[in-house]
Amino acid sequence: MSNNLLRITGMNKSFPGVKALSDMQLTLGHNEVLALVGENGAGKSTLMKLLSGIYVPDSGTFEIDGEEVVINGTKHAQELGISIIHQEFNLMQDLTVAQNIYIGREPRVAGVFLSERRMNRKARFLFEKINIDLDPKARVGDLTVAKQQMVEIAKALSYKSRILIMDEPTAALNDAEVATLHELIRNFTNEKTGVIYISHRMDELKAISNRITVIRDGEYIDTVNTEETSMGEVINLMVGREISGNQRPETIPPTDEVVLKVSGLSTKDLLKDVSFELHKGEILGFAGLMGAGRTEVARAIVGADRLSAGTIELNGKPVTIGNPAVAANLGLGYLSEDRKHLGLMLERDVKDNIALSSLKMFSRMGVLDNRAMKATATEYIGKLRIKTPSSSQVAKNLSGGNQQKIVIAKWLVKDCDILIFDEPTRGIDVGAKEEIYALLNDLAAQGKSIIMISSELPEVLRLSHRIAVMSEGRLTGFLANADANQENIMELATNNHADAKSPAGAQR
Amino acid sequence: MTLVKETAQASKIASDKKSEMATRIRASFQQLLAFASLLALVLFFSVASENFYQASNLSNILLSTVVTGLLALGTTFVIITGGIDLSIGTGMTLASVMTAVFMTQLGMPMILGVLAGIAFGALMGGVNGFFVAVLKIPSFIATLAMMMVAAGLALVISGTKPIYTNEVEGFQKIFALGKSIPGLVIPNAVFILFAAAIIAGLILSKTVLGRYTYSIGSNEQATALSGVNVTKWTVLIYTLAGSFTGLAGVIATARLNSAQPAGGMGLELQAIAAVVIGGTSLQGGKGSIIGTVIGALIMSVLTNGLSIMSIPQEWQQVAVGVVILLAVYLDMMRRKKTAK
Repeated sequence: MSNNLLRITGMNKSFPGVKALSDMQLTLGHNEVLALVGENGAGKSTLMKLLSGIYVPDSGTFEIDGEEVVINGTKHAQELGISIIHQEFNLMQDLTVAQNIYIGREPRVAGVFLSERRMNRKARFLFEKINIDLDPKARVGDLTVAKQQMVEIAKALSYKSRILIMDEPTAALNDAEVATLHELIRNFTNEKTGVIYISHRMDELKAISNRITVIRDGEYIDTVNTEETSMGEVINLMVGREISGNQRPETIPPTDEVVLKVSGLSTKDLLKDVSFELHKGEILGFAGLMGAGRTEVARAIVGADRLSAGTIELNGKPVTIGNPAVAANLGLGYLSEDRKHLGLMLERDVKDNIALSSLKMFSRMGVLDNRAMKATATEYIGKLRIKTPSSSQVAKNLSGGNQQKIVIAKWLVKDCDILIFDEPTRGIDVGAKEEIYALLNDLAAQGKSIIMISSELPEVLRLSHRIAVMSEGRLTGFLANADANQENIMELATNNHADAKSPAGAQR
Repeated sequence: MTLVKETAQASKIASDKKSEMATRIRASFQQLLAFASLLALVLFFSVASENFYQASNLSNILLSTVVTGLLALGTTFVIITGGIDLSIGTGMTLASVMTAVFMTQLGMPMILGVLAGIAFGALMGGVNGFFVAVLKIPSFIATLAMMMVAAGLALVISGTKPIYTNEVEGFQKIFALGKSIPGLVIPNAVFILFAAAIIAGLILSKTVLGRYTYSIGSNEQATALSGVNVTKWTVLIYTLAGSFTGLAGVIATARLNSAQPAGGMGLELQAIAAVVIGGTSLQGGKGSIIGTVIGALIMSVLTNGLSIMSIPQEWQQVAVGVVILLAVYLDMMRRKKTAK
């Protein structure tokens, strides 16, 4: 058994009213990348928190190199060589890269004074050793998401970690950045180290992992060799039921009626001459690398950013949209990629969230009609199959998929005919993704028109009738679904202009 | 091959240097802006009134900066952690009363009394820190309560009467005109303020405590997950801030030759205003001591200048309010620009 780097056996953890983990087990070999998958709420994050010393297990053992260990707090976990890169970054935006990496163990003079120079030199050595390109003195808040991710990784590696745990490390990265990250992981793993890699992106597991451990509802399900297993089988293990594979489902073709016509859209910073038409009942996918300007197109259309040129026509009539409120009243809803910050009031209940954009409808002379709000909320909870005990459940207690449905319900109540989805399934687990996909298809079939921005190509290919591809603020092409594949989308997405600067955050 | 590498290395170093310069310039921009506003104010009042740019008046301005300046120094630390300290005004008053009690009723020699006064301030800060970091009471509430407790205790302990310290040997010299440096009519208290500012600046930028002050304000949870004992450091930061409150109390006592138990309320807001004008963010994570010093000077130059121009006090308050709004708005604009 001593040939396992890490072995977890018989692990139990309960919280008041919930059994989070029950008889959990897991083994990580030396020089191995082990993928850990499971739906949201399966117990992955509880397991991670036990490993990082944030929680104490009710029972069960950890063994490192065959020796049983007890993990006493976060600092002790680090000393044991366990490092975790959390999904939500744990960085101090106002400090520099080096200050972030060495926080809590900064080189000191006489015990209390800091030696910035020594710290920066240490950081530079570290970056050279692990071959990443970062400036130790750069302020972390000024870096791109990808570079911040690199800082997190550098920090973890600087602890001389042997067991590196990454929780959805690529959720915010584009394909080039994912490749760089995987390179880093391969460089990191050797006879003394191993990586536990948590991800929802199935294609990545195939690319990076040696084995895949599946957990569900706090229980260990199975561990499979990545090479011998199809991703369909893994998904089935995760959800415990069959899910229609990756084929493109039959969809109702859109009509010829143009509901939104955008011509020559430009902004000062990024967008150049973006023109397209959206038809009634159509799902128009927007693909491109991060920083290509997809979100900016959406923001420009709904009036969140100022246009420097361009016109927008709704149902054949030119409109001027000064701010998102105007857009909403014209029936244009934008569902932000940053659900938690820009889409929801996390502390308020489902009913309040659903009614928020349409309070006029639910009030008389400024006084709210709670009963009407509740009735509408209940109606949409049924329609969209939102899993919540009641319409008065607080939004933050729901899973990511159900939160997304609340946001969708909000715009449907507002009676929006054009919905712009920005990364509709980010951070949502596989089972719930399927439901969101089905919902988008239904909406299109009912005659709603949808713009869907997504960084996941399989998702774009699966849902879109047509695909618009962007690169560096320009539309570089349209593909009909039947003609599109990952290769020709990527080709258009990397269709760079020689004089333009490289996409934000791309690594050399 | 090596040549290529070396050139690449050289250009990398050059670009590092460049970005470093840019960072530095940007970091000091707010201070430059604040400093420029200070100079502009001084220039304006000098032109507007011949009485303004006089040695005695400038000395007056510095003098009136001392107490709020000291309070602002301490509270800069608290504000950078993302907290707020409302108890510094009345806390200063209580520390002043306690200093007088130590020196008169307990008969401590001057030096010991001064140290005890500072230590008492630190104790109050430590109590604030305990409530905030250990009991997790929001700093606004914890220090609001402390503000009231301190105001009450100052009255109770003094029996609502001033406590005079004339008898204490050498005590007035703390505030007196600096005879030690001939030719300069700058009161000792002003030197104490600047010495305190330098010490505060060094602590904030060069010590572990300073680094954790920024770190906690920037992202408390991340700091904790990095293995830093956030609870302990928060208590220490509040304690340090409290010691500045204590020092302000000592100086105030020396200035008036007595402890006046009824005052102090409202000083905390002036100190916070000075900190904010100096570019420290109430959201935490950002700020500097030099900014706070300039902010405090702007406040006193403004009040003094307006008085000299015989503008009524009620209008002075309006002017100060406008300056605070302007300073914070400009700071926000600047940040928006650099963010893009």
